[in-house]
Amino acid sequence: MTAERRELLSGNEALAHAALACGVHLGTGYPGTPSTEILETLAAIGGKAQWAPNEKVAMEVALGVAYGNGRALVTMKHVGLNVAADPLFSAAYTGVSGALVVAVADDPGMASSQNEQDTRRYAIAAGVPVLEPSDPQEAHDFFFRAVELSEQFGTPVIVRLTTRVSHSKGSVELRPAGPPPRSPHFERNIAARVLIPAYARPAHRRLRQRLKEIAQWNETSGLNLVLTGTSDLGIIASGVAALHAREAAPQTRLLKLGMSYPLPVQTVKEFVRGVKRCVVIEEGDPVIEELCLTHGIPVEGKPEEDRFGELSVSRVRRILNGDCPPPPPPASTRPPQLCPGCPHRMVFEALRDLGCIVAGDIGCYTLGVLPPFEAMDTCTCMGASIGVGLGLRHVLPPDQARRVVSVIGDSTFVHSGLTGIVEMMYNPPPGGHVVLILDNRTTAMTGLQDHPATGRTLSGQPTHELSLEGVCRAIGVEDVTVFEEHSNKESFRALLREKLSQAKPCVIIVRRECLLAMRRRKQESLAAQQERVTCQPSE
Amino acid sequence: MSTERVTNIVVAGVGGQGVLRATDVIAETAFLAGYDVKKTEVHGMSQRGGGVVSDVRFGPRVLSPMVPDGEADFLLVLEPTQLEPNRHRLKPDGVIIGCDRINVASLTHPKTLNVALLGVLSQYLDLSCELWCDALRRCFPPHLYSVNEEAFELGRQADGKACRRE
Repeated sequence: MTAERRELLSGNEALAHAALACGVHLGTGYPGTPSTEILETLAAIGGKAQWAPNEKVAMEVALGVAYGNGRALVTMKHVGLNVAADPLFSAAYTGVSGALVVAVADDPGMASSQNEQDTRRYAIAAGVPVLEPSDPQEAHDFFFRAVELSEQFGTPVIVRLTTRVSHSKGSVELRPAGPPPRSPHFERNIAARVLIPAYARPAHRRLRQRLKEIAQWNETSGLNLVLTGTSDLGIIASGVAALHAREAAPQTRLLKLGMSYPLPVQTVKEFVRGVKRCVVIEEGDPVIEELCLTHGIPVEGKPEEDRFGELSVSRVRRILNGDCPPPPPPASTRPPQLCPGCPHRMVFEALRDLGCIVAGDIGCYTLGVLPPFEAMDTCTCMGASIGVGLGLRHVLPPDQARRVVSVIGDSTFVHSGLTGIVEMMYNPPPGGHVVLILDNRTTAMTGLQDHPATGRTLSGQPTHELSLEGVCRAIGVEDVTVFEEHSNKESFRALLREKLSQAKPCVIIVRRECLLAMRRRKQESLAAQQERVTCQPSE
Repeated sequence: MSTERVTNIVVAGVGGQGVLRATDVIAETAFLAGYDVKKTEVHGMSQRGGGVVSDVRFGPRVLSPMVPDGEADFLLVLEPTQLEPNRHRLKPDGVIIGCDRINVASLTHPKTLNVALLGVLSQYLDLSCELWCDALRRCFPPHLYSVNEEAFELGRQADGKACRRE
C-alpha cells in the first residue's frame, strides 16, 4: 500500500483507513450513531478493532495501549464521552507514551441522540487538543496529524466529527502508510502515571505548560487555512460549517480552523485585524466565539437560535445577512417505529395495558414511547432505567410504586445496567422492584453490533458469552425469570402481573433475537457461500 | 472553490426502501465519471421505518454535503407521502421523479423500485450507461446485480431511452 489511491468513502470509513495506515495497534469503542462504522471498517480492512462493554472501559483499554507505547484509537458518540470522561480527564494529566486518539462523533440536530452536547467543551475542560475535520478527506488526513500530535506532545487528542462528516461520503485520496509505529514496550514512569496527589499536582502544571506549547505548535500546524476573499467581512468557521460558509459566501475571506483548541491565538488575531468585522460560524455551542472573546479578539457570534440543530448553507446565508426569521417548522415526516414483528412490541403492549410506570432506556425499544404503545415515562441516558426506577419506587405512594418497571435492552444492560442491579440488591425499595431486560441478542439501534452477551466479537468470532441471568443471580437477585415464549402474550402478562404483585426485587429477561439481526445472519451465511463459488467482479 | 455546475439530487422515502443505496449508486456513478462528489444521509432512529432523506451532489468541486433548500435539480420520491415534506428542497424548475414515472407492477422485485427510479433519473444526466452499470455492480452483491440492472433498464426505458449494450 505505497501508491496513492482515491476512493469514495464516508468520514468514518476514511478515518478507519487512516488508522490502518498509521499502524494503530488497537481500535476500541462502544457503538453509537454516528460513530459506529469507524471500528467496523477498521476490522473489515484488516485492523484490530473490538467493542468494549462501554466507553469508559474502551478509553481505559486504549489508554493502556498508549501507556505501553502503542497507538490506540477509541471511538464513541458524543454522549459516550460522558461515560469515558473520568479516564479522559486523568489521561490528560498522566499523558501517554504512544498515541491516544479519541474519535468522538457529535449529533447536532439529534438525528439519533438524547442531546446535542458539544464535545469541544470536553476538550477544553480536560485540556486535550481537538481537531475538527470538515469532510471525509480531512477525517482521513487529520487522523495522521492527530497521531503525530499525540506522540509529539504525549497527549490524548480528540478528533471531533459530526453527523455530516461521519455519514457523508466524498472522494478521498488515501495517503500511503506512514513510517511504522514504535514497538509497544513498557517503560516505568511512576511519577507520571500514578495520580496520587503528590504526583498529580506537578502533573497539572505540566498539562497547562503542554497546552501552551501545543497552542504555539498550532500557529504553524497547517491545520488552519485562510481562504481568500474580500475584507469587509471575515468568517471564522470549523468542521462542516466551514464548507457551508464557503458555499454561502464564496467571495468572503474565511479562516477555517482545523484545530480549534488550543486556539492559534496569533493566527486568529491577525485574521481578524485584516477584516472590517468578523463572524464566527460553528455548529453547536459558541466555543470558538467564546475562546476568541476570552483572548480579547473582537468577533460576532451566531444568533442564539442557531445554537440549535444542524447548520446548513441556507442557515449560514441567513446568519450572514443578519436576518433572524423564526426557523421553519420541521417538515412533518413519518416518525420511526418498532419494526413489524419486533419482539419488543408484545412487551410494550403489556406495559401499556397493565398501566405500568416505565423507567425506560436507550435503544430501539425507546420507540415504545410512541403510539400505539406510549408505554415509557422516562428515558435519560444509558443505564438510567434501573436507578430511576428504584428512585421512583422509593418515594411514590404504594399504589403507584408497585406499578414501576425498569426496562433496559441487553447491550445497554451490559454497558451500564449492572451497577443498577447491585444498587437494587444493596438498597432494595420496600415494595421490591421489577427489571425487564429486553434481550434481542444485538445492539439493534446502532446497526446490529455484537456485545459481550452475544458471545461474538466485533468481527463475528466466537468468544466468552456473558450470561445475563447468571450475572443477575451472581449479584444476588434470587428471582430471575427468562421468558422465551414470544408468541404467548397472555403468559407474559400473567408473569408480569405476578412479579408486580410480589414485594421483592426481581429480573425478567425477555429473550428473542431481533428479526433484522436474524435476517442479517442468514444473508451473511448466504453471501459467504456465494463467495466460495463466484468470482469477484473486476474493478 | 467554485460551486458552479454542481448537480443536486435529493432522494426521499421511508426506512427499508433503499434510499441510501440509491444515493450510493448515484455517488458512485459520478465518482467513476471523475467528478467531485459528496453525499449525505442520516442513520439511526430514522431507519426504523421513519422518513429517510439522502442528498447527493456532484460537479467540478462540491463544498457542503447537503443540498441547500430550494436548490435540488432532482427530487426522487420512493414513497408518495414523502413528497410534500421534501418539496421545498426542489428548485423552481426542478424535476420530481416519483413512482408514477414507471410501471411499478412490471418490476420483478418491488425492492428494486429505488434502482428503477435511478433509471429514470439517468435520462437527465450526462453519465454513461456503462458507468451506471459499473456503479450498480459495486453497490450490490453479485447475486442481486441482475435484478437491479433489469430495474434500471425499466426506468431508463420509461421514456423510451434504452441502455445500449455492447
